[in-house]
Amino acid sequence: MKFKWWHGALIFALFLALLAPLASSSPDGLERVAEVKGFIEAAQGAVFEVIPDYVMPGVGNNAGATIFAGLLGTLILFGVGYGLARALRAKR
Amino acid sequence: MHIPDGFVSAPVATAGIVVAAGCIAGAVKATNRKMGEKQVPLMGVLAAFIFAAQMLNFPVAGGTSGHLIGAALAAILLGPGAAVLIMTCVLAVQCLVFQDGGLFALGVNIFNMGIVASFVGCYVYRGGAFLPGGRKGVALVSGGLAAWLSVVAASVACAVELAISGTVPLGVALPAMAGVHALIGIGEGAITVAVLSLIMATRSDLLEMEKA
Repeated sequence: MKFKWWHGALIFALFLALLAPLASSSPDGLERVAEVKGFIEAAQGAVFEVIPDYVMPGVGNNAGATIFAGLLGTLILFGVGYGLARALRAKR
Repeated sequence: MHIPDGFVSAPVATAGIVVAAGCIAGAVKATNRKMGEKQVPLMGVLAAFIFAAQMLNFPVAGGTSGHLIGAALAAILLGPGAAVLIMTCVLAVQCLVFQDGGLFALGVNIFNMGIVASFVGCYVYRGGAFLPGGRKGVALVSGGLAAWLSVVAASVACAVELAISGTVPLGVALPAMAGVHALIGIGEGAITVAVLSLIMATRSDLLEMEKA
């Protein structure tokens, strides 16, 4: 199979997922506003959990669990995006 | 800016689901007509890139972090319809698999970060075509501006939803949300400009696809 431009792009996205443990763990903009303005308590927990907080359950090492979740999610989204685009193209 | 369940009231969450569903149906129709062979892998890699990049929170002032939304980038490359669909995929997987963003709040999250951010990003970018200067420079400047404004617009939509829900008064939520996201938006602008210039240097034909 010939190497195409989007193979490089997908590898780049997977490489970004490897950097996920380096991400800032500070609250994001909305969380921060919710804390400061006093409505953070209104947040409810999830109805069900699969891979909560981008940490793969059952992986001992925290950075490893985050990388695993990141790689898995990146591949899932490539599949979903590619599949959706294929389906849309086939439909017309 | 992923809203958890509990921040928005049931009527606001329901309205979000209804409006998002309607826009997604419209986006499917619009994208369906324009989908070419090259767009298929581009939609896949954009969804993958946006997901991975959204995990990389960068610090902004005052112990707060932000991350890319990516809707403006997707809208610049593929148009607002395809961007709405890509963002819906990303937000749905984040919600269903990673519990980022509430299940009932998925509609409002798609509305803010998918629909509002994509359309603002797309039309600010297209509006920038009237700026004087070289084509590449104009595309980068309007791309950066579009990305920044897409984040601020999404945060304004979020603030309005929180206020209608009775969670926090609009006079409190609006300046706080817009203020912090004006900072986070700078990161969005920088990443969007970086990706656009990378694409210009390597595959500038991809930028020509969305010439409506």
